[in-house]
Amino acid sequence: MMQPFRAATGGRVDRTSPIHFTFDGQRCAGFPGDTLASALLANGVHLVGRSFKYHRPRGILSAGSEEPNALVTIDRGAGRITPNLRATQVELYDGLTARSQNRFPSLRFDLGALAGLAAPLLSAGFYYKSFMWPPSFWKRLYEPAIRRAAGLGRAPVDSDPDRYLHRYAHCDVLIVGGGPAGLAAALGASATGARVILCDEQAELGGSLLDEPNTTIDGWPAPDWVREVIATLAGSVTLLPRTTAFGWYPGNLIGLVERVTDHLGEPTSVMPRERLWQVRAGRVVLATGAIERPMVFPGNDRPGVMLAGAARTYLHRYGVKVGQRVVIATADDSAYRAAMDLHAAGMTIAAIVDQRADPDGETVVAARLLGIPIYPGMTIGGTEGRLRVHSAKLANETDIIPCDTILMCGGWTPSVHLFSQSRGRLVFDAASGVYLPSEGAIGACAGEFDLTACLRDGALAGGSEPPPFAIAGIPAMRRSGPPVPAAPHRSAFVDFQNDVTTKDLAIATDEGFVSIEHVKRYTTTGMATDQGKTSNLNALASVAALTGQGIEAVGLTTFRPPFTPVTFGALAGPFRDALSAPVRLPPIATPGAMLEDVGTWKRARCFPRDNETIDTAVIRECLAVRGDAGMLDASTLGKIEVAGPDAAAFLSRIYTGDFTTLAPGRCRYAVLLGEDGFIRDDGIVARLAADRFHVTTTTGGAAFVLHHMEDYLQTEFTSLRVWLTSITEQWAVIAVQGPKSAEHLAPFIPDVDLSTMPHMSVRETRIGNIPIRLFRVSFTGETGFEINLPPHHAQRVWDTLRQHGVTPYGTDAMHLLRAEKGYIIVRQETDGTVTPDDVGLGWTIGGGDFVGKRSLSLPDLKRSDRKQLVGLLPDDPTAMPEEGAAVTDGAEAIGHVTSSYRSPTLGRAFALALVTGGRSRIGKPLQVPTPHRAIGVTVSEPIFLDKAGDRLRARPLPRAAGEPLLAAVDQLAPVARPCGTVQLTVLAPTTRLAIRAGTVAGTAIGLALGVLLPTVPCRSVIARDRAALWLGPDEWLVVAPEGASDLAAQATKAAADHPASIVDVSHRSRTLEITGPRAAWCLNAFCALDLDISAFPVGMCTRTRLGHAEIVLWRIAPEVFHLDVPRSFVPYVWACLEEARLEWTDPEPVMMP
Amino acid sequence: MLLIPCPWCGPRPENEFRYGGQAHVVRPPDPSLVDDAAWGAYLYLRDNLKGRHTERWRHLHGCGRFFNCVRDTVSDHIAATYKPGEAPPS
Ligand SMILES: [Zn+2]
Repeated sequence: MMQPFRAATGGRVDRTSPIHFTFDGQRCAGFPGDTLASALLANGVHLVGRSFKYHRPRGILSAGSEEPNALVTIDRGAGRITPNLRATQVELYDGLTARSQNRFPSLRFDLGALAGLAAPLLSAGFYYKSFMWPPSFWKRLYEPAIRRAAGLGRAPVDSDPDRYLHRYAHCDVLIVGGGPAGLAAALGASATGARVILCDEQAELGGSLLDEPNTTIDGWPAPDWVREVIATLAGSVTLLPRTTAFGWYPGNLIGLVERVTDHLGEPTSVMPRERLWQVRAGRVVLATGAIERPMVFPGNDRPGVMLAGAARTYLHRYGVKVGQRVVIATADDSAYRAAMDLHAAGMTIAAIVDQRADPDGETVVAARLLGIPIYPGMTIGGTEGRLRVHSAKLANETDIIPCDTILMCGGWTPSVHLFSQSRGRLVFDAASGVYLPSEGAIGACAGEFDLTACLRDGALAGGSEPPPFAIAGIPAMRRSGPPVPAAPHRSAFVDFQNDVTTKDLAIATDEGFVSIEHVKRYTTTGMATDQGKTSNLNALASVAALTGQGIEAVGLTTFRPPFTPVTFGALAGPFRDALSAPVRLPPIATPGAMLEDVGTWKRARCFPRDNETIDTAVIRECLAVRGDAGMLDASTLGKIEVAGPDAAAFLSRIYTGDFTTLAPGRCRYAVLLGEDGFIRDDGIVARLAADRFHVTTTTGGAAFVLHHMEDYLQTEFTSLRVWLTSITEQWAVIAVQGPKSAEHLAPFIPDVDLSTMPHMSVRETRIGNIPIRLFRVSFTGETGFEINLPPHHAQRVWDTLRQHGVTPYGTDAMHLLRAEKGYIIVRQETDGTVTPDDVGLGWTIGGGDFVGKRSLSLPDLKRSDRKQLVGLLPDDPTAMPEEGAAVTDGAEAIGHVTSSYRSPTLGRAFALALVTGGRSRIGKPLQVPTPHRAIGVTVSEPIFLDKAGDRLRARPLPRAAGEPLLAAVDQLAPVARPCGTVQLTVLAPTTRLAIRAGTVAGTAIGLALGVLLPTVPCRSVIARDRAALWLGPDEWLVVAPEGASDLAAQATKAAADHPASIVDVSHRSRTLEITGPRAAWCLNAFCALDLDISAFPVGMCTRTRLGHAEIVLWRIAPEVFHLDVPRSFVPYVWACLEEARLEWTDPEPVMMP
Repeated sequence: MLLIPCPWCGPRPENEFRYGGQAHVVRPPDPSLVDDAAWGAYLYLRDNLKGRHTERWRHLHGCGRFFNCVRDTVSDHIAATYKPGEAPPS
């Protein structure tokens, strides 16, 4: 197909292989290297969109990211529809499908344009004025209508099938902008040996130099010089074209979005569509250039009216002529250069209308010599043409010049958006009338437009002495002064994207808005995705004139991130679907179970058999526990080992009870309060030895309790010699509950007489050869045992017990069984405002001071009319109140239902509730309203079964010993999948000790283990087959080959004379190994640390985060990392790293151009 | 994401840390000797500063230590971090 406006020669497009695209269904041709805008212009298309408010026909204004008009929707198939892309930034590929926006039924004939007739209604502040009455009309009528009429593209509705990645990066120097100044800065910085990243939003680096085929630098045509510089930099500098620096955040953190595959017609599935970079830069060099200002005159928004510099770019970079007959309106010499270049390409320059009274100088003389008519001291007074401009009327009201294109150049505004975001100080430059960064900027961004000076300043900013750059081919040019505002009574567009005119600004100032921030919000100028790129300074000039002040007195509005819109996909990155949150599976697989989310865990709700509903399964499970024995996978319970000579004293200050009196081998229920006296968590405190406790927490509260304990240990109770170690994943837990639980267990636990083991006691013993911690505790009211065992043995023990007739039960049955006994569940019966006494746990409170105790004597916490935990028995035993429902005394709500069940044991419904003064209401009737009726209930004590506790303390019958369990199978078989330049492996298990000790004990332990515990933070020591990793100032991880089972004993013996905590955590985690030249790169997709070998040398180790998981990261060799990952997070971390390394599969895909 | 200098581990990304509220709020050594008003103030009354704020952080996903930090609440600039028990830098 014809491209009638393609110049005969020139441009950087590949003319040998035409490609095709559609715009609003119309098939057009273009070339590789085109943008959608340049290809449309080559086809003579200027009309590309309708404006935001008035639906005015709009054309392409610019050639870059400042484009306010040419917003299009690119359709790459279901879920791949991206609205509001700037056609000037969309790279053309074969088959590209683009649609115009905000028009109905078509771009050329748009009904919404009738809104233009109602323009007075939509002027400044229209939201606030026109649609205020009656208020009810806003939601129903005005807002939907406005949203339909005034808007941009439609958001896609399908799920996005593309991949997105994140990446953390660090550098000494980040250079934003790859034009002449930025490239020179990169050369200068890389020469110093610094780590440098250079990013540029365009497809090609080079910036304005790509528009300069006739300019030479050191004898090279400028585009060739760019090519040579890129080749020089490629080895040492990270070059990121197609990458927008969109935000500057505290600590020199710059957000970049790299568009990886949007320019490809058929992207490979292994590449992410976009990559969000979070770059931590030592310093940032801004070489973001300048944006050409439109002239403000009536009719300046018609299709065919565009920026002069853009016309030059289209000619030199894309070989495209923007029209045939051109009128130029300018206040700056650079437009004369455009005139000459366009003239040389065969376009007619009908006139140059120069706002300045005395245009003069090299370019002006040259234009005159070409015979181009020049109108000094003149502006355009109006334009004509419906879908394309066809004439310009000069402000003298006499000259009407036919044309198909009007080019504008009001001067150049440095692009200071990022600098403004950094909260840098902007300085007003009176000569040019623009704001300049006070520091850190070079080139046009700093107001410097001379190429030699840009290159020199770039090299200096990079940190090197500038070489003598030899430039030829650029004429001397006089720059514009401050923008001259148009007469306010004539409606001329200032902000194209938001449809704001000079008239709107006049209305705003007339109505008393003088602060520029208020004018901005009232008129919407400079807002939204455009952030005033082309409009800001013209708006300031208008407001300055209207209010009779200088531009500098008006001040500048704040620029906000993002510089250009960022997709939600890029922001979400890989954290969606399976990676959105880790799914932690307990160590026991339970096929057929109904699962539910508990915190980050998946737990089994119940185990339905054939044809069973959930309800019937739960009933069966409950009856099994009450009548025989059931077992629950309680592995997700939090567990903390508390060790040290002051452990009992410490726990007595953290929990409500006094644990100094707890004998070794015994357990006690414990309640944890906040300092405000309210219940935060509960659990079992078991004393293993005088100086060692095994403490359990709720499943959801594990991380909080450990953090809470560390807080008091480190900052308040600092004299106590106590250390904490998380053992949640070191031990799986099978809770076996029921009157016959001992009979079922006895055969497997030969060393303990279960019949005499008292309720609330603990034994360290074994099943077969498996070491276990056996608790006799109950959360059901029945005789109960909790077997703590290494997680890789749990499945085998579970399956064996199941074969021996123990019935698995899930969390549903667990909830019901404990409620029959009135045992609370923290965060179900409590909500952060509940004291121990409120739920009948006043008996747990010990004599000494503990966290929260003082608050319990505050008057408000002692009131007798506080909400108290009671039972509710519905008068109709089949009526079940809803959890969360209000409880009323017939007149007002006095509480709420916290738990509600139908009990197979009681043969009726029952509930727990928090009711004002509840204990004084026992025996009295209350009501629980439902949408249909009120359920009558009678208040009872919150215990429904075995009030005396006989079942708990029953002496179970012994049973003859059976066959012991032997070998077990670890579910986590090592997996390895070699691929590409990044290998990922799960290593074989190792023996691991968590050591917490002071310096003296640490030294003794190190000597005994044959590996010194490092004292330098984040460093490791390797000796023979074992290693010690520093994790904290009193914390180490010692790693040795599997089977070094006497390691803990050796360490404990060595520390006998010094307080220390030594906990075997061999089973708590697994080690992943990631190796290869791209190992660090892959880790940095999820880990925010600087993993450069200089910042993270071999031997460095630290706890850190990988996505949502906490890991220990250890560099073994330059290209080898070990990741110590908690068992339940291994699948998540593995999936993250698989995602990160997908793009590095063999053969290594080409990443950078 | 802030870059926070842990007194032990050096500068680390904010996502390894947990905020711990205002620093130097001392728990009364014997709370039973404190009257209700003073205890209430200890529990709930905090500064709400614009500017230089001393606050607690914990290097939760790192060395695990609590420490104190001087941060400007306007600019987010961190002037100093220091170990518990040390006096805030002037
Ligand atoms: Zn640290």
